[in-house]
Amino acid sequence: MNEYADLLIIGAGPAGMSAALAAASSGARIVVLDDNPLPGGQIWRDGPQASLPDQARQMRERLQANSNIRHHAGTRVIALAGAKQLLVEDADRGWLIGYDKLILCTGARELLLPFPGWTLPGVTGAGGLQALIKGGLPVQDERVVIAGSGPLLLASAATAKHNGAQVLRIAEQASAVAVAGFALQLPRWPGKLVQSFSLFDRHYRTGSHVVAALGNDRLEAVRLRHRGKIVELACDRLACGFGLIPNTQLGQALGCALDGSALAVDAWQTTSHTDHYAAGECTGFGGSELALVEGAIAGHVAVGNTAAARNLWPRRARWQGFAKALNSAFGLDPQLKSLAQPDTLVCRCEDVPYSALSGHVGWREAKLASRCGMGACQGRVCGGALQYLFDWQPTAPRPPFNPARIETLMCLDDTPPV
Amino acid sequence: MNQGLVADVIVIGAGIIGAACAQALARRGLRVLVLDAGLHGATAAGMGHLLVLDDNPAELALSQYSVQRWREQAPQLPESCAYRSNGTLWLAANAEEMAVAQSKHMNLQARGVTCELITGNALHAREPELRDGLEGGLLINGDGILYAPATANWMLDTPGIEQRRARVSELDGNRVRLDDGQWLNAEAVILANGIQANDLCPELPIEPKKGHLLITDRYPRKVTHTLVELGYVTSAHNATGPSTACNIQPRPTGQLFIGASRQFGTTDPQVEGWMLAKMLKRATEYMPGLAQLNGIRAWTGFRAASPDGLPLIGQHPKRKGLWLAVGHEGMGVTTAPGTADLLVAQLFNETPPLAVQPYLPQRFLEEAAYA
Ligand SMILES: Cc1cc2nc3c(=O)[nH]c(=O)nc-3n(C[C@H](O)[C@H](O)[C@H](O)COP(=O)(O)OP(=O)(O)OC[C@H]3O[C@@H](n4cnc5c(N)ncnc54)[C@H](O)[C@@H]3O)c2cc1C
Ligand SMILES: Cc1cc2nc3c(=O)[nH]c(=O)nc-3n(C[C@H](O)[C@H](O)[C@H](O)COP(=O)(O)OP(=O)(O)OC[C@H]3O[C@@H](n4cnc5c(N)ncnc54)[C@H](O)[C@@H]3O)c2cc1C
Repeated sequence: MNEYADLLIIGAGPAGMSAALAAASSGARIVVLDDNPLPGGQIWRDGPQASLPDQARQMRERLQANSNIRHHAGTRVIALAGAKQLLVEDADRGWLIGYDKLILCTGARELLLPFPGWTLPGVTGAGGLQALIKGGLPVQDERVVIAGSGPLLLASAATAKHNGAQVLRIAEQASAVAVAGFALQLPRWPGKLVQSFSLFDRHYRTGSHVVAALGNDRLEAVRLRHRGKIVELACDRLACGFGLIPNTQLGQALGCALDGSALAVDAWQTTSHTDHYAAGECTGFGGSELALVEGAIAGHVAVGNTAAARNLWPRRARWQGFAKALNSAFGLDPQLKSLAQPDTLVCRCEDVPYSALSGHVGWREAKLASRCGMGACQGRVCGGALQYLFDWQPTAPRPPFNPARIETLMCLDDTPPV
Repeated sequence: MNQGLVADVIVIGAGIIGAACAQALARRGLRVLVLDAGLHGATAAGMGHLLVLDDNPAELALSQYSVQRWREQAPQLPESCAYRSNGTLWLAANAEEMAVAQSKHMNLQARGVTCELITGNALHAREPELRDGLEGGLLINGDGILYAPATANWMLDTPGIEQRRARVSELDGNRVRLDDGQWLNAEAVILANGIQANDLCPELPIEPKKGHLLITDRYPRKVTHTLVELGYVTSAHNATGPSTACNIQPRPTGQLFIGASRQFGTTDPQVEGWMLAKMLKRATEYMPGLAQLNGIRAWTGFRAASPDGLPLIGQHPKRKGLWLAVGHEGMGVTTAPGTADLLVAQLFNETPPLAVQPYLPQRFLEEAAYA
């Protein structure tokens, strides 16, 4: 059973939801697909221990109420099936979706860097821990250390604390000066204050980064370097994330140009590829407010309502200012490149240690020699780390973009193009 | 600028063929310089199935000899080479193909290749994932599999071999010119650069033949032997248009490696959805359960095909000092040891381990002009 959409939106995070709602009044047939079970993306995750903000709940209700918006949950894009047609898959089936316009709202993922002990049970990403807790992981009375970089550490700490964990330390690698500069800017963005409030938390340390996770079968303690001194803290969980990497692979496969590590867009959120737009974190890190307004602009433009889009420009400019302050405050310290020891695993799928990678000239050679990135995650985790550690550019995406049932791949038309 | 001799032998290409030649020469005590441009070669792409093929006597002789050589070398190969002697099971879907299996069986047994005919019911007992109703099969016990990129690296790690990342832009007998204009001399130059051979030697009759491949997630112990359809012999090998044939290889990781497609007339490395679908449909016709498994990655590669499907091994008849080891099509991993032995025997003017005639370049390039 194949499907057609006037407007296809990939990703139902803040950007994707906002795009769909902005475009809805045009009456266009809109399809939103997302690999999560419910709309909301990374920030508005549902679960037994999640409390969704009103805004998220309302947006969800409006999505549902619009009869011209269809949402496919638990659905992934697998391959390009032809001009303006994608092969997608959910838990039950694979099918083709044709479209006239497409908005990429594929968000970002966490940058995880390898350090000794990072594969021990009890160690997760910062956003990863947050998602686990929202999904029902009990952390009551657990001792938690959160380390890495960026405001996501604070969000993660807030969720852990809210669910009864004892947050021993938030270790931010950026310097006090950089973070203070950012904090000074905060009053200009009142909405953000609530979340960033914990910048002044007494457990928050700048100039502090993880050195190793310690433990035999699971995490027992974490070793941190704080302004040159080593400290060890006994703990039950370590959540470690070093910022976000835009998910650009699908956009690249569609032929959209990059600007640095994010999808390039113009003032209308149009990519380099006609009829293809992008909004939210796949165009660069900026937080959910920026994602919301970018999504709305893209949604309006995609259905031809440029006037409505233009009205949103000032709001977008304001949040872009916040994004700029954020990105300059949390630049990564080059010291982090030397956290991994020769025997530290870099690729967890294929058990490849740092020493098997460091001598190679590039991704391809390293991969062929070591199987790094050849496992089930296909480099989605280690790819970001290798790009940061060695400056190796990830290879161009190839179908299947995600692991897919062979049955699904067989939905592609098998007649040669003429 | 003439630099004098940089080595006894220069090998162009660090794929499995260049690596095997370099190792064989280095083991004879020669100093070998291996030049490689770092292009996407077939060795990194291919399936690494080590198999005896008997479409013609020359192919049989070279593949049988080579598979035997791999078996002998196996104990020395590090685990990263992932060598396994898991056998090939050729599948006959109907009576006609079963007749092909029977004649192959006779032919191979006569040549001393261990193999057994398997009837429909017994087939299912050996490979429960195969669909019901197949006519039978032919099991070639001594065939195997190999992870070719790691094996090439292991071969190149032999003392006496120096490797350099460089692109050769011109050949002149026993000297080569690099991209940067520098000329390098040696006693002999071996051209083992796969489908790029024509760039340096336009008179070679080599054409790229594109192949698609897909690998699944890990599903240990589902399949034991490499499963290949016998329709392969008739459909894929001999067709000129695009074709596919069922080829399912169990990797030591528990993953299943699925081939094979063939297309002429393209050098575009993109994974083409239509061909991927066609190839997977063919494979699921033999193993229906495959449809429910997850594929994690697809890619393509190019085989260097010669008009008669056999490699060119020997001195270039018109360019003294230049030796060819090219045109291995879909069999180069298998036939790398045989290729190296044949080439070394000719270089040292020794009696080769098998008749060299069918593989000599002069069959396409006329008689030696320098004789
Ligand atoms: C792990 C994590 C946790 C975060 N937690 C917080 C937080 O607590 N507070 C905060 O302020 N910010 C948080 N952020 C940042 C926040 O996600 C962004 O600021 C904002 O949500 C970006 O919105 P978006 O719509 O661009 O992307 P996202 O919210 O990331 O949404 C993108 C959606 O697209 C889906 N998707 C991507 N590719 C495909 C595909 N090929 N097929 C189908 N679906 C696809 C994703 O699964 C996801 O649901 C977090 C980010 C991450 C990565
Ligand atoms: C899809 C597919 C499936 C296959 N399956 C099998 C199988 O199951 N069993 C089997 O036995 N065989 C198989 N093969 C065939 C086998 O992989 C090849 O025959 C073999 O790898 C060829 O090795 P090679 O060393 O000749 O060439 P390559 O591996 O292509 O190496 C050539 C090298 O030359 C270098 N080079 C090129 N030009 C220059 C230059 N100007 N200067 C310097 N260096 C240069 C390149 O960088 C490259 O590294 C398959 C091939 C394909 C494509």
